[in-house]
Amino acid sequence: MSRAVDDLTYRRPVSIWWWTRKRSYFVFVMRELSSIFIAWLVLYLLLFVRAVGQGRTAYDDFLDAAASPWLVAINVVAFAFVLLHTATWFLLTPQAMVVRLRGRRVPGLVIIGSQYVGLAVVSAFIAWLVLR
Amino acid sequence: MDESIRLQVTRYRPDKDRVPGCQEYDVPLRKEWTVLDGLNHVKNEVDTTLAFRWSCRMGICGSCGMNVNGEPKLTCATFLSDYAPGPVTVEPLGNFPVVRDLVVDIGDFMEKLPRVKPWIIRDEEQSVDDGEYLQTPEELDAYKQFSMCINCMLCYAACPVYGLDPDFVGPAAIALAERYDLDSRDQGARERLDVLIEHEGVWGCTFVGECTRVCPKHVDPAGAIQRYKLKAAQESVKAFLLPRAFR
Repeated sequence: MSRAVDDLTYRRPVSIWWWTRKRSYFVFVMRELSSIFIAWLVLYLLLFVRAVGQGRTAYDDFLDAAASPWLVAINVVAFAFVLLHTATWFLLTPQAMVVRLRGRRVPGLVIIGSQYVGLAVVSAFIAWLVLR
Repeated sequence: MDESIRLQVTRYRPDKDRVPGCQEYDVPLRKEWTVLDGLNHVKNEVDTTLAFRWSCRMGICGSCGMNVNGEPKLTCATFLSDYAPGPVTVEPLGNFPVVRDLVVDIGDFMEKLPRVKPWIIRDEEQSVDDGEYLQTPEELDAYKQFSMCINCMLCYAACPVYGLDPDFVGPAAIALAERYDLDSRDQGARERLDVLIEHEGVWGCTFVGECTRVCPKHVDPAGAIQRYKLKAAQESVKAFLLPRAFR
């Protein structure tokens, strides 16, 4: 019903496919969807940690399961969504946070850049931890 | 003959139509003509029954917002030549009920705006004899961007959250709440927070960011809403952790 009997105004119905109509809406919905994959990777990491804690056989079983084509496919997709999640949220941070240094507003690019620097530092530390 | 461009204009005559239709008009394509000039040409020369809102023609009154090729635009600031060779679709602003042709019912926005109390609130009003409330240029800069809002409602037309849940207070109203919160002369932040901390307030927003992209005045309502969320979250944490005296 798009027109009430006593109301002559026309209310346009919203299609459930509204998010496919514009690129920006689509990217937004993908960003929202990426949270599910973030949750999956957190769960995956917790299961991995548990397997490590349970000893050698559990760890080997986990690695075998992780090598199955299904799980590899899911994790590749999940990783792509994690990249999207990270990039889009980093991009949005300056809008949500106003950082002031010595009375001046820090430019958005500096905030975004420092997040990537932070990410690189943490990644380098993890890499050093794993590879040393 | 001069070059022309075709406008595909939404028509809705509530006394005759059950659903809106589309009517095509060819208007002269002139370098300096905006979509609004095209519509006025139609109104004056071709079809006097076409209904649309406009006033200042210079992007300050906020009346002539419409969806041009699907994008919310001020039609007085949208040039036909940018859409050549056309056609250009002109529809009523999205997410609002259509009254007639390109005119939408803005009653919902007019009802929401005063809810966030977009005016200066003082605990105690200073008497006129005490002079004006002074403000430094830095204090002015803190809120100036948000004061540029002209209530054109393009942000509401662009916001899918508002489209799906009309109870959402919406981008412009929240940006204006932020404008007064950031004003050094204002003391009403607490009162506004009580309104905006509700689900239909800032938490309705999922940061799509379209409001900011379509804003003709670069107000950045999305930024205002996220900052408000931060403020609301800090208040909630404080209310939870601190004894009453320290809040």
